[in-house]
This record gives sequence, structure tokens and C-alpha cells, in this order.
Amino acid sequence: MNKALPWIVGAAMIALPFVYSAPYPMHLMIVVLIWSFAYTSWSVMGRFGLVSLGHGGFMGVGAYGTALLWNHLGLTPWIGIPISMVMAVALALVVAYPCSRFRITGHYFALVTLALSAIVLQVATASRDLTGGSLGYTPERVQGGGNILAFQFESKISWYFVALGFWALGLLIRWWVDRSMIAYALEAIAEDEDAAGAAGVNVTAEKLKITALSAAMTAAAGGVYCQYQMFISPDTVSGISVSLQMVFAAVVGGIYVLPGPTVGAIITILLAEGLRIFFGTGALGYDNLVYGTLLVVFIIFLPQGLVGAAWNKLTGARQTA
Amino acid sequence: MPRRLGEYRPDATRSENALNVARMFDIYLLEAAINGILLGGVLALLALGLNLVFGVIDVVWICYAELIMMGMYGMFYLVSVYHFPFVAAALISIGLVAILGILLHLIVIAPLLNAAPINQLLATGGVLAFLQALATVVFGIDFRNLGIRMPVIEIADMFISYARLLAFGTALAGMVAVYLFLTKTYTGTAIRAIAQDRQIMPLMGVDSRRIYLVTSAIGGGLAGLASCLLVLQYDVHPFIGLTFGPITFMICVLGGLGNMIGGFVAAFLFAEIISVGGLYLDLEWGYVFAFVFFIVVMFFRPRGLLARNS
Repeated sequence: MNKALPWIVGAAMIALPFVYSAPYPMHLMIVVLIWSFAYTSWSVMGRFGLVSLGHGGFMGVGAYGTALLWNHLGLTPWIGIPISMVMAVALALVVAYPCSRFRITGHYFALVTLALSAIVLQVATASRDLTGGSLGYTPERVQGGGNILAFQFESKISWYFVALGFWALGLLIRWWVDRSMIAYALEAIAEDEDAAGAAGVNVTAEKLKITALSAAMTAAAGGVYCQYQMFISPDTVSGISVSLQMVFAAVVGGIYVLPGPTVGAIITILLAEGLRIFFGTGALGYDNLVYGTLLVVFIIFLPQGLVGAAWNKLTGARQTA
Repeated sequence: MPRRLGEYRPDATRSENALNVARMFDIYLLEAAINGILLGGVLALLALGLNLVFGVIDVVWICYAELIMMGMYGMFYLVSVYHFPFVAAALISIGLVAILGILLHLIVIAPLLNAAPINQLLATGGVLAFLQALATVVFGIDFRNLGIRMPVIEIADMFISYARLLAFGTALAGMVAVYLFLTKTYTGTAIRAIAQDRQIMPLMGVDSRRIYLVTSAIGGGLAGLASCLLVLQYDVHPFIGLTFGPITFMICVLGGLGNMIGGFVAAFLFAEIISVGGLYLDLEWGYVFAFVFFIVVMFFRPRGLLARNS
């Protein structure tokens, strides 16, 4: 049963748009999938105690990099997204290398990476001649709606499959990481850096690998988000709020289990949409009111998240947080 | 005939014009430097409250700037809507934010005292989102200000705002008061002792729960004081915290979390970089320089500017 479950879910999700494809639910699914990919990318390193608040920065680099390369150099996002990913990785390494070299961990790591996302936000806002500043930025549309080469699709169904692909890839990468030697090494590092180092783990190298991977995935999510929405602004793709949003969703769903961040994305996005529909535009801020409360409640009472708690209940195991 | 600084005159020689432009540049630079010092005073006050809380309770209040935002709204409603005198409103706001600090400790921090540090940080992150959203829902997203116009003082072609001078002076006075409290009173001594050794002090008869509450109240009170000063210079809106928050954390980390003197020094360094950097380009670039400076310094002094290299 356990082995078959991912295949059943996968097949159901591929079949879904052929059965039901109303535009609004489709849109919600696409948004949930893209953000799930981003949250999963965060959790790839977050689950090893490397709590980064810089992922808003990586997402911003991915989104702005893709859009700027397309508008100014005419570079297709198929190349632009990988270039942006490389830039995000470079940025991540510039910060992560000294962090692990000089033992900046815990609070300090979170605050240093916070500076990173603040920098990206400020640069995107300040270079307003290039990026439109806080008014936002739009990649140029190609004539005739959809164009595979330009990474622009007209139908929601195409977008659904693109988002589904990225999401599945994200889960696959995390699944692979969780089963690899890196996971053992990083778990040892999270427990005790000195002991791990003494046991022959190359602490810096392992941390850099996982940080680079996580940053690259997040930047890809930024690029895809930009292509789907066709509009980005500094506040929606970078900065401390986006970083915190990633942490919220991942923590609410559970960062130690594979589907956790996805469940977090479903809950947070449906909650926001639900409140918006129910209260109209008067609901501005209601969703964050609930998120903020949920985050506090979860961290106090259920630090392993919804899926994590359910999983522990089912298996009867007491997983260490 | 007197010339305005920086004025270009076609009849003057090229070097005369160039000299005049250079003089103007210097006076702007000096003005920026002085404004930097004044900004530094307020930033130092912001950092002091956060550092105190971190030093004693070992928790980073990510939502610290949101407490300040609540204080600014308090000032706005008391002064502009209910027409309290400024000083009375300030005292009430300081009290209210101090109470918020105590509530934050009781509701969020106390249950997490033994949890992983990062969980405490994330929980206060939740409070950040909550307070921002609460302000959006209750106060709306409009920018509001007290509508008090403070005079601008002109000294030797430089313009210094009175609000900034007042903020600088009050911030310094507030810091001196906290210093005296910490060094001259029994409770202050107990607070410093807890900051040095959390395990031993309860054995020596210090009620650590009470000390934590007092510290949270002072931390909140300092945020309240900062809000009274900031509301004179900035409009209030629900997201104002994002303007001050990241800078405050970086100053604290730069000075060494919990190191109050380090925070003081770092505040002035930061303020100068923002102010002088912002002179040559946009203000946002001033912030970018300051943040980059922060990251670079972290590489050389990961435990803060004044930390001893171990």
C-alpha cells in the first residue's frame, strides 16, 4: 500500500485535467504546485536545522533574473532560468561558505541569511530604472499567446503540467537527498558539529552542497512563478515576508516528512483564497492573522507539523524533531 | 556678490565653478554625516532593547519592529484622534508596548524557553505576521502621521531636522537611564547576572521568571520609547516594521548579539553608511551598502565587532 501510494497519487494528478479543468480551480492547483515546489526547496535544507531566511532572496534572483534576461537580452527562460539558478547558487555560496567556515549557526545563520533577502529586496527596489522598482515588472509577452520557446503558455492545462513537473521533480530531489549519504552527514552535523567533524564528515562541504541545491531549486521556483504570473514585484518574490512565508507553510505542513511542505502550501493558499472569497477585499490581512497564529500554535504544540504528527500517529513511532 | 553653494556661473572661470561645486559636495557630506549620527542614536536605542532581551532571555524577538509599529499607532491615536498632550501620549504608549512585551513573553516565549532556539525565533516570526495583519485589519493600510510639523534648523548651510535632534537626545537619555538601572539597582544587577550565567542564578535566590518578565517589560518599553521618537519622523503603516526590523537585527548581530556596547558602536557605523551612502545614490542603495557591509564583517568577526577572537 505504502509503495503504491505515490504512483496512485501521481496517476490521479496526471489524469485530473482530462476529467476536470475549470479555469479557477486549475489556477489554484498551479499556484499551489509552484509554491509547494518552493517550500519543498526550502525544506531540503531547513529539515537539517539550517533555517535560512534568505530564500526570499533566491526566489527574487530567480524571478528577476529570468525576466530581465528575457526582456533585455531576449534570452529564453529555458536558458534564463538555469542562468538565474547559477546566480542564486553563487549568491548562496558567497554567504554560506563563510557561515559554515566560521560556525555561524542557529540564530546567527537565520539573521545573516535574513540580510541576504533584505539585500535582494532593496536592490530590486532601488534599481528602478531596470526593474520598475516597487511598481513591479512584467516579462514581455510573445505574439499569439502561447510559445514553448518563450516558456509562455496560453492554456491553464499546459501550465498545470509544467507546474506538476517541477513539483514532482522537487519531491524527487528531496526524496533522493533524504536517502543519500548527505542526509546522514547533515543529521550528524545538526546534532553536533564537532562530533560529526571528528567522525570524518566534511562539515563545510556537506553544508555547501545542500545550500547550493536548495538555492538552485528556489531560484527555479522563482523563474517559473514569474513566467506563470507574468508579473513580479519586489514584495511578492523577495524579502523577509517571502522568506517567512516559506518557513510558515513548511512548518505547518511538517518539514521532516516529504509531503509536509506541499500540505502546508495547500492549507495556506486555500486559506488565503477562502478568506478572500468569503470576506471579499475587506479580508485584507485576515489570512496573515490566521497564519501568524497558526505558526505560533504549531511551534509550541506541534513542532513536527500536521503531516508529521499524523505520520507519527499512524506508525506509532516517536520521531525526534 | 554672495554666491549660492554649488551655483554655476557662466562668467566665472572653470576652476572657480568646480571649486564651488566641490564645496557644496562637502557641506552635503557633512550634513549627511551629522544626520547619520542623529539616525545612529535612534538605531542604537532600537538595538538596545533587542540586545537586552537577547542577552537575558536568549531569545531573538523577530517581531521587535512590529512592537514599535504598534507603539507608533498608539501615539497616532492618542495624539491625533484623542488629542492627548504629546508627553502624556508618549508615556501611555511606552506603557502599552511594555505590556505587549510582557504578553509576548508570557504567551509565546515562556512555553518555548526550553525549545530549540530556532523554534523561538520562528514563533516570534509568527507574531510578526500576526501583528502586521492585525494592524492591517484594525488600522487599515493608509499611511498616517501626527501632522506635527517640526522646525528645521539651519546651521551654516546645513539643514538639520529638529525631530531628529530630539530623537537623538531622548535616545541617549533613554540609554543612560537603562545603563543606570542595570548598574545601580538590585533588579538591574540580577538582570546582568542572569545574562552571564543562566543556570547558577536561580540557585543564588534570583527568581528568574520575575527577571524575565521585568526584562521583557523593559525591552517593550524601549520599543515604545523608540516608537514615540520615530512617529515624529515617519508615517505609520502596517508594514513600517519591515523598514526598521532587518536593520535592527543586523546591528545587534554586528555588535554581537547581547553585547550592548557593541550594538551601540554598530548602530552608528550602520547609520553613517546608510546616510552617507544614500547621499551619492538613492537611499535604498545606502541600505544595500549597509547590508553588504554587514555580511562582509560577519566573515571576519562572526561573533560581532567587539568580540574577542577565540
